[in-house]
Amino acid sequence: MAKVKGEIIVDIERCKGCQVCISACKENVIGMSKNLNRKGYHFAQSTNEDCTGCINCALVCPDGAITVYRARLN
Amino acid sequence: MSATKDIRLMKGNEAFAEGIIRAGCDGYFGYPITPQSEVLEYLSIQKTKERTGMVVLQAESEIASIHMVYGGAGCGKRVVTSSSSPGISLMQEGFSYLAGAELPCLLMNVVRGGPGLGTIQPSQSDYFQAVKGGGHGDYKMIVLAPASVQEMYDFTKLGFDLAFKYRTQVMILSDGAIGQMMEKVELDEQIPRLTDEEIIKKYPWVTTGKTSDRERNYITSLDLNPARHEILNRKFQAKFKKIEQNEVRFERIDCDDAEYLFVAYGSSARVCEKAVQLGRAKGIKIGLLRLITLFPFPYDEVARLAKQVEGILTIEMSAGQMIEDVRLGVNGAVQVEHFGRLGGIMPAPEEVLNVMEEKFIKTKVYA
Amino acid sequence: MLETLPITKEEICKPENLVYSRTHLMTDAALSYCPGCGHGTIHRMIMEVIDEMNLQADTIGVAPVGCSVLAYEFLNIDMQQAAHGRAPAVATGIKRLMPNKFVFTYQGDGDLAAIGTAETIHACNRGENITIFYVNNGIYGMTGGQMAPTTLPQMKTATSPFGRNVETMGYPLKITELIAMLPGTYFVTRQSVHTAANVRKTKKAIQKAIEYQKLNKGLSFVEIVSNCNSGWKMTPVEANKWMEENMFPFYPLGDIKVPK
Repeated sequence: MAKVKGEIIVDIERCKGCQVCISACKENVIGMSKNLNRKGYHFAQSTNEDCTGCINCALVCPDGAITVYRARLN
Repeated sequence: MSATKDIRLMKGNEAFAEGIIRAGCDGYFGYPITPQSEVLEYLSIQKTKERTGMVVLQAESEIASIHMVYGGAGCGKRVVTSSSSPGISLMQEGFSYLAGAELPCLLMNVVRGGPGLGTIQPSQSDYFQAVKGGGHGDYKMIVLAPASVQEMYDFTKLGFDLAFKYRTQVMILSDGAIGQMMEKVELDEQIPRLTDEEIIKKYPWVTTGKTSDRERNYITSLDLNPARHEILNRKFQAKFKKIEQNEVRFERIDCDDAEYLFVAYGSSARVCEKAVQLGRAKGIKIGLLRLITLFPFPYDEVARLAKQVEGILTIEMSAGQMIEDVRLGVNGAVQVEHFGRLGGIMPAPEEVLNVMEEKFIKTKVYA
Repeated sequence: MLETLPITKEEICKPENLVYSRTHLMTDAALSYCPGCGHGTIHRMIMEVIDEMNLQADTIGVAPVGCSVLAYEFLNIDMQQAAHGRAPAVATGIKRLMPNKFVFTYQGDGDLAAIGTAETIHACNRGENITIFYVNNGIYGMTGGQMAPTTLPQMKTATSPFGRNVETMGYPLKITELIAMLPGTYFVTRQSVHTAANVRKTKKAIQKAIEYQKLNKGLSFVEIVSNCNSGWKMTPVEANKWMEENMFPFYPLGDIKVPK
């Protein structure tokens, strides 16, 4: 079992649905929502609980739309 | 020690260079071109860095020079460039951006004959370029026309003052004769350069690094929002209007009883001043309206004189550019004629007096 | 047996667990760039470094003409917007008169390597103590995808619709290699931001460039090979792949000139 547990928060209105974060995520956490934001983009979202908080998705996000948290599990 | 006047014999270009140093200039960026290369040469030999801390840099082109001026002006510094006609043509891009970003700076054009490479001899054929715009967009710049080496010096401080008063460019429109001739110049005390702290206090719009006590500053001429951009342009126009109301400068020479009038500026005005004396010695009441500011143009004074005199002759070392503004001021009230020499030739006083007589006096039918 | 998670999403997303968020040196304005465009990431990396080095009050940036013309809307620092290609001259004016400030230009390949070639070469050759961030995507993005000085041979653009014919249209310009030859440059490198690993390398390069500017040893030049999915007419992910396969062989990543 992983010793850390991550989570991402996507700023839905900043996301332009470019999907670069999806290719950056090694854990296949991110998928595209079927919903649209106000600009009409399908936005990225976390689809499972495998996030390790590695921040790779946030680093490559051109719009700085992803905030990452990482908690240590005791 | 009692203060004695500091009087020197200087070239016009040197007086300009000494003038900007003493007026507290922070930076000069330029590129050599005849007939104004003495400016950069003089500044280089003066060791300005040691004298006042002023930066002097020879740029790779006039284009680079004017954009270095833009960068310095955006930091609220007193910055200057100078050139001659072909170089000034290259700088037009920068002038337009400076106007759009409302940056203050001092420019000088030591005009030579054109078009193209033209000649290195003096000319006044860049009048339209200086006073009607030159670069793209709706803008003006204050244009000062020195007629002596002393004015090449005096207009540097005046130019800085006007530039910062209105956040605008000020151009000294000189010519190859004024730039190259030597005359005595009375120099003033050194004005200290402003410190960064003084600049930040005086000019809150400058880009000197965003501190926590204010929002970020940015210098730009771009606004893609049409409504905002129209408002911005109207603001520019209001500023130019204010300049037209407040800053018109001219000199009336023997105008009070004049029946005939020369209108001229710069070197041509010097020629006309002598022609006025020659004419008056012959009993012809001639006056001279010498323009000091070309923008703003003294339309009102021209209109007043048009009601008084029987003919106006404009003298320019061009094919006739300033005459268009004179005619706008005269508005049909009196006959206006032009005489000019081209190719870098300065007219002689006798020559312009003769033209005045030919055009207005000898043809006069007495009742 | 499926283990139940010992921690909820709410418990993870607490301030003390925050590991990454957009730096406050990026404004809240939505970036005007196309989806997937590298500009946003490059902006953010520069701002992260300036933030981490506590340089906000000492930084003056110069924005170019091109897609990043509005950079001053996004970067929460003092900036000047330059005419097309003239950013190195503007930055020279700033740095010469404000020598203690950190001064950088941010320029695209059309701006830097075509119309601004003279200003670029001479600022580099004078060894101006500024930093140039050069974003090379091989195309004029903002004007609609025309051929740039950096467009690859045979690459199709709006003004080379049948592919760039080097015999009539000239060769792509490796200006970074050219600049590295000049004695005025101190640090010259080429990076990318299309993967997380590359973003980290780019950030390191930015850090170095800024540190070197403090040494007053000359100009630091950071090229970032980036994508233009709109101009290249690909999805962002395809564009990044195409960039790896086509741009990197011609514009290889890595340091080109490092201080001895």
